Amino acid sequence: MTDILRTENLKIYYGQNEAVKGVDLSFPENSVTALIGPSGCGKSTFLRALNRMNDEIPGSRMTGSIWINGRNINAPDTDVTVLRQSIGMVWQRPNPFYKSIYANIAFGPKYHGIKNKKQLDQIVEDSLRKAALWDEVKDRLHQSALSLSGGQQQRLCIARALSVQPKILLLDEPASALDPVSTAKIEELILQLKEQLCIVIVTHNMQQAARISGHTAYFYMGKLIEYDKTDVIFTNPSDPMTQEYISGRFG
Amino acid sequence: MSAKLKDRIATGVIVAFSLLIIAILLGMLGYILVRGLSHISWDFLTSVPETIRAGGGIGPQLFNSLYLLVLTLIITIPLGIGAGIYMAEYAKGGRLTAAVRLVVEVLSSFPSIVVGLFGLLLIVNTFNFGFSVLSGALVLTIFNMPLMVRVTEQAFRNVPKEQKEAGLAMGLSHWKIITSILFPVALPAIITGTILAAGRIFGEAAALLFTAGMTTPRLDFTDWNPMSLNSPINPMRPAETLSVHIWKVNSEGIAPDAAEIAAGASAVLVLMVLIFNLLARWVGRLLYRKFTSIK
Repeated sequence: MTDILRTENLKIYYGQNEAVKGVDLSFPENSVTALIGPSGCGKSTFLRALNRMNDEIPGSRMTGSIWINGRNINAPDTDVTVLRQSIGMVWQRPNPFYKSIYANIAFGPKYHGIKNKKQLDQIVEDSLRKAALWDEVKDRLHQSALSLSGGQQQRLCIARALSVQPKILLLDEPASALDPVSTAKIEELILQLKEQLCIVIVTHNMQQAARISGHTAYFYMGKLIEYDKTDVIFTNPSDPMTQEYISGRFG
Repeated sequence: MSAKLKDRIATGVIVAFSLLIIAILLGMLGYILVRGLSHISWDFLTSVPETIRAGGGIGPQLFNSLYLLVLTLIITIPLGIGAGIYMAEYAKGGRLTAAVRLVVEVLSSFPSIVVGLFGLLLIVNTFNFGFSVLSGALVLTIFNMPLMVRVTEQAFRNVPKEQKEAGLAMGLSHWKIITSILFPVALPAIITGTILAAGRIFGEAAALLFTAGMTTPRLDFTDWNPMSLNSPINPMRPAETLSVHIWKVNSEGIAPDAAEIAAGASAVLVLMVLIFNLLARWVGRLLYRKFTSIK
């Protein structure tokens, strides 16, 4: 497996506060990597750095490098709008646009220049199928996305992210606001999507990390404490801090 | 006193206040309509006013009010929305923003008669626009700008920030996010602001006395050349609006039916505000549905 995404000595500051303290991590393609750790450990900040979303926060700074396909994207000459088109992102709270289901999916491709109606129809269908939502919404594509349930909205957001065919998908606690049935659907979906994508997921749910990820990284106080295959992390971690966290004695 | 009793008293007081406000409103509306409606006829709405004889109408004034509304909104809406978007999306919390906000707030508390005199000195005299529809529209813009800016800024700020994040993460430009994602969500609030602004345009009299003037040339509704003096759409001609006409008829009208004319014109004014309100909401809802697919 080759690494599609790699960070090198990545440090992120909010003002004077160093939120991420020099993290080296690699993400292989066609895999799921889970980032775990107690709240405030820097895992979400790290995730948001990967598509330069922290740029939008006033006072944040970032040093070190992020390599995507051999290019350092933490460089001043990187066009973040182009970068973000190759990286999908989904948040904890579903945030579909206030538009129809169809328009939510077609929005990105349209913006990037696809005008042909047939082609757009196909992209919408493909994306919704990939997100396992097609059968539930195919008869009401032109209804508001806000009429969907929370779990459906979240899958719609995943479909929206997939519509521009990203290579990398960043998930920030994508199931933590959903009920168990919807969560199971999202997890199933992640396992399917990993056949084509590099997925990085932040989660507070240990079982979820164990179920879906191939590798797990444990963060604490802005540092990467341990990174290994998920089954190693959960059965035989080398660092006692990781051991304490995953066994629930701390965090 | 028990918590339950307190709760009952508080509820009673609040309900009583609400009823009082509704009663005042209905009372005023009823009074104006009952006195005025009987005087409204097609002839009254279309004919020109009479100075000495009875039977004058309010045709030109009605047209002037509508024309002034359109002209003012054409100036106010782009400026107000533009400045509002700037305040919500681009302005950094620096001195310029604070200064703009202060100016906006001070402007909104200016007495209309003062703004009217300012318009007379600057727009009518110095700019030499004369007593004209355009002068009136510019002065009304000064009034409505604070409202539009504030409403637009709030409307944009109230869009959930996750919407913007989703757009950013998709690699959209800031402008695209504003126009395609934020604006449709903010639209209903902006429409409400526009309706409030329009209400002021219809209702304002003091500031228009010195700017749009108290006379109207003999309008020729077959002449649509905006440069000709008798054309209804000439923006440089003086234009007495309905509100100004009501004031004039009431204070110095010598026609024998002056009181009836004032009553009829008041009723027409109230109905116009009502119709515009409903119309704007309807158009706003159509647009909102078109943009968002929300039923």
